Amino acid sequence: MSTETLEAPVAKQKEAMLSKRRRKFVTDPLSDDNPITIQVLGICSALAVTTQMQPTMVMAISVVFVMIFSNLTISLIRNLVPTRVRIIVQLAIVATLVTLVSEVLKAYAFDMYKELSVFIGLIITNCIVMGRLEAFALANKPYDSVLDGLGSGLGYSWIILAVAFFREIWGSGKVFGYPVFEAMGIENFSTNGLMVSPVGAFIVLGFIIWVQRTKSGYVEH
Amino acid sequence: MDLLNLGIKSIFIENMVFAYFLGMCSFLAVSKKVSTAFGLGLAVVFVLGMTVPMNWLLNEFVLKEGALAWISADLATMDLSFLRFIMFIAIIAAMVQLVEMSIEKFSPALYGSLGIFLPLIAVNCAILGSSLFMAQRDYTIGEATVFGFGSGIGFFLAIIALAAIREKLRYSNVPNGLKGLGITMFITGLMGIAFMSFMGISI
Repeated sequence: MSTETLEAPVAKQKEAMLSKRRRKFVTDPLSDDNPITIQVLGICSALAVTTQMQPTMVMAISVVFVMIFSNLTISLIRNLVPTRVRIIVQLAIVATLVTLVSEVLKAYAFDMYKELSVFIGLIITNCIVMGRLEAFALANKPYDSVLDGLGSGLGYSWIILAVAFFREIWGSGKVFGYPVFEAMGIENFSTNGLMVSPVGAFIVLGFIIWVQRTKSGYVEH
Repeated sequence: MDLLNLGIKSIFIENMVFAYFLGMCSFLAVSKKVSTAFGLGLAVVFVLGMTVPMNWLLNEFVLKEGALAWISADLATMDLSFLRFIMFIAIIAAMVQLVEMSIEKFSPALYGSLGIFLPLIAVNCAILGSSLFMAQRDYTIGEATVFGFGSGIGFFLAIIALAAIREKLRYSNVPNGLKGLGITMFITGLMGIAFMSFMGISI
């Protein structure tokens, strides 16, 4: 579903091998072409894991890893895969990478693995990953695709970290599990239960989108 | 009775969209008109109702620890659960393809209205998410089927409600930065509060 909204901006890139052009792959998704706020991709996991900063960080790193390597792999084999079966091939590659991430977490950070539960698995169906594969990696060289994966991954990461920051500080008065308000000497900071519940995520993300789009001047019709 | 309870729980209380944020991508993208939302919702109910029991069988007889004991006693210690992601997604993709082909063959009219949505469903997080929840919570086959259909109906209700609201919203004056996705997030949040009131219901 993500593909049709995506194709236009990347297809126009010229073939000049300037480093400036490559830098754009990384910087564009951070603000003007952000995967979450502008392209509306990957909302599911952006909201589900963001009650606290720490699991959000793990999620962000996992997504960046999966994006870089799936973009690289697809880009390397882009001329070998018939278009009819490409979705299955993409799903298989992404699922393999996600299994890798999940097994590593299970071995070295079991608590985190338990906490993120099914949401690590759901990186497979994260629209950002599939969207970038379809729109970019299938038509571009491996190195460019890696940069694009990195850029989109980071664009996704900063948004979910921002959401998590506001939800954690209002919902439980902490940042990365550290009680900031107590450290500042404010004893009875009353936490907002709405922020911990799913509803808080929608509202915080709504505000972030509002601010971000007002800043970048993007208007949806 | 337990099954009925689970059904109600998966439709209203643990709604895929409002409680777990699953299927948000298509939820936001295909909710501009009620008629298209209806088509997608129907396709999701159908595919979820089929794939969750299918994946249950796969999990029970192939992937779970000791599941291969029915082949020979030597395999009783095998644990293939790390293959869950890749196998589940393969089943889902295959099922979606199969469903698409059979609908095209037997009911061209239905295919006309559902057709374009079916391929999208393979990458809908609600489908994979339900299968993963099913595996994690150790449901029985009956529970898995009810859970699959329940989650699908929950998604169906949510997307139709949102589409109806967004159709009305077209005539309102929304601030520029908030148009489209922004205001939809707020609406979804408010709908989530409404769905929270179902919490604690049991029959």
